[in-house]
Amino acid sequence: MKALEIKHLKVSICGKVVLEDFSLRIAPGEMHAFLGKNGVGKTSLAKVIAGDPNYEILDGDILMDGESIIGKRPDEIARLGFFLAFQNPVEIPGVSVANFIRAAMRAKLPKEAPFSAVDFYKELYAKMEILHMDRAFSSRSLNDGFSGGEKKRCEILQMMMLEPRYAIFDETDSGLDVDAIKIVASAVNNMRSENFSALIITHHSKLLEQLRPDFVHILSAGKIAASGSMELVENLEKFGYDFFREGEGA
Amino acid sequence: MIFSERAKEREAMDNFQQSMDEANFRCDVDYKYDAGVGLSHQTIDYISDAKNDADWIRKFRHAALEKFYETQLPKWVTNADVHSLDFSRIRYYLANDRAPKTSWENVSPDIKETFERLGIPEKERKFLAGVEAQFDSEFAYSRMREELGKQGVIFVDSAEGLNKFPEIFRRFFGTVVPVSDNKFSALNGAVFSGGSFVYIPRGVRVKQPLQAYFRINAENFGQFERTLIVVDEEAEVTYMEGCTAPKFETSTLHSAVVEVVALKNSKVQYVTVQNWSSNVFNLVTKRAVAHECAEIKWIDCNIGSRVTVKYPAIYLKGKGAKGEILSIAVASDGQIQDTGAKAIHLADGTTSNIVSKSVSFQTGMASYRGIVSIPNHLKGCKNNTRCDALLVNPTSRTATFPKISVAGNENIVQHEASVSRVSEEQIFYMQQRGIPEAQAMSLSVNGFINDLVREFPMEYSVEMKRLIEMQTEKAVA
Repeated sequence: MKALEIKHLKVSICGKVVLEDFSLRIAPGEMHAFLGKNGVGKTSLAKVIAGDPNYEILDGDILMDGESIIGKRPDEIARLGFFLAFQNPVEIPGVSVANFIRAAMRAKLPKEAPFSAVDFYKELYAKMEILHMDRAFSSRSLNDGFSGGEKKRCEILQMMMLEPRYAIFDETDSGLDVDAIKIVASAVNNMRSENFSALIITHHSKLLEQLRPDFVHILSAGKIAASGSMELVENLEKFGYDFFREGEGA
Repeated sequence: MIFSERAKEREAMDNFQQSMDEANFRCDVDYKYDAGVGLSHQTIDYISDAKNDADWIRKFRHAALEKFYETQLPKWVTNADVHSLDFSRIRYYLANDRAPKTSWENVSPDIKETFERLGIPEKERKFLAGVEAQFDSEFAYSRMREELGKQGVIFVDSAEGLNKFPEIFRRFFGTVVPVSDNKFSALNGAVFSGGSFVYIPRGVRVKQPLQAYFRINAENFGQFERTLIVVDEEAEVTYMEGCTAPKFETSTLHSAVVEVVALKNSKVQYVTVQNWSSNVFNLVTKRAVAHECAEIKWIDCNIGSRVTVKYPAIYLKGKGAKGEILSIAVASDGQIQDTGAKAIHLADGTTSNIVSKSVSFQTGMASYRGIVSIPNHLKGCKNNTRCDALLVNPTSRTATFPKISVAGNENIVQHEASVSRVSEEQIFYMQQRGIPEAQAMSLSVNGFINDLVREFPMEYSVEMKRLIEMQTEKAVA
């Protein structure tokens, strides 16, 4: 059963319930989008799937290709093929972009497996070119002193290098200008295949217009208030979020 | 270009990992010379007899012992561990051959194997201009590339230095660190054995480093090497030292004195990678004098030992002299790294730069203790000090004791300090990329000290990264 499945999930953080009876299935090759106001649980969902130990799972299950990932460490979940492009990527001073990506790629391999530095840099530079990034960028400290846009682009670079099967983009478009959104969207579109599924979390329609996701969901108070296709985005633009409050949606 | 460098780094890293796993071993040695347990004037005579000391050295030792008896432990050493050190239970001199061999083939097999396991002969072949290897009290091996000898470079052990080159040796010996400086410099004066004597003649620039390696093999023993480095006008040298010991149940003492004299326009770089086992008391006095426009750089890395007390110092004696003291301290569980720096400005236009980074794991305690002194009558002096501490666990500790004494209105001093923690967010972010927690922690720690690690010669920076990875993984496990 190849899919990322969330079943009746109930989650709290610091005693506050942020997701309740939440279900979603993302099949291979599908792209889903989440829209919703601030504080409706979008980022929480992303972090719970990633295994953030600050969240408490009260009920339900998360399955990756049929296997429950609840209780697994974040690095185990990542190595199963899950990637989260963070809304606020963390600064790691003194660790270069290239060394970090290399460490992450090596972590997926068995300890003794050969790893060619030459091939690594070839691939890295090729992908940086797709993202219109200067080579010198790879030797900068990860996210340290990066502009908002550089951080987001760097998240996409990491994803392209790690080739996950499931990826969540948490407001990757915020901080990107119109041109940068185009570059990122075309890079993500290039990754679309039967082996890649994605969930796009966003406030804006700009990125979605270029990605054309298969499904669009509107979140309200920890639940999906409405699901549909890209038309939903257009309705949202017209009527606003309040139109889709729980129980009143399309 | 960049590809082959990375590959080389990787390879060096892998080789080193092997050698480090093998640092905790010892061999059984029947010592020909053994001064026995405890310290007295008889011990001194035993050492002087064994080493065939000149009369002035014998007298020097006895006087130093008196000084040792008179002197109290430094008041600021508040740590109970150091006060518990029982000097009457230590063995002060253990040796077999007194003259080092100049070929590894002639070094006794056990000792040769020790240094082979530590990778010394291999490093010598690859990138060193000369190597000395001390095993307990004496050098087992000492050799320098022939062409340097022809240029007049001297690289021998301290005994040979004082016997064969008395004019230079006597002129500088004890002038930088007087016996009376502190209790441990007095102790070293009394029982010193081993250590390097280096002289670089005027205008000679030694491109590759000279390396000394200090190995303690015996239990409840004290190693007291004494190093004197004199770099003549316009000359240049890099001296590196490494140290290890196997783990013992009882305490071991290492109390060295290092004196560096940099004459006009010379450049000296002194690199230490200290990785003693966790029962070694490492109480070392290191000091350098920089004459006119000379440049001195201490690069000091302390990873091992139970307690380290060490503050490399630079006396900026000549106009325009420059001093730099870069230090990294890693305090793991139960360790105390009391390290720091001293920059004493004694002439106009002198500059000093101090950068100290420490990482504390578990119950480790890392302190920075420093002195910067610029008196009233000087002009155009500058000091920049930066101390950063990283705490890994909630029980980790750090402290900073900077003493800055600056007078006059034509001097500039800058002091910055920071304390940070490895954050949960950092670890989660790295784990999300598939990197296990321990490795994420060590990436973060290595990142923190990265800018300083770069100052080390490549072979050493690889070693240090690996050592720090090992400490981190231990701390997280």
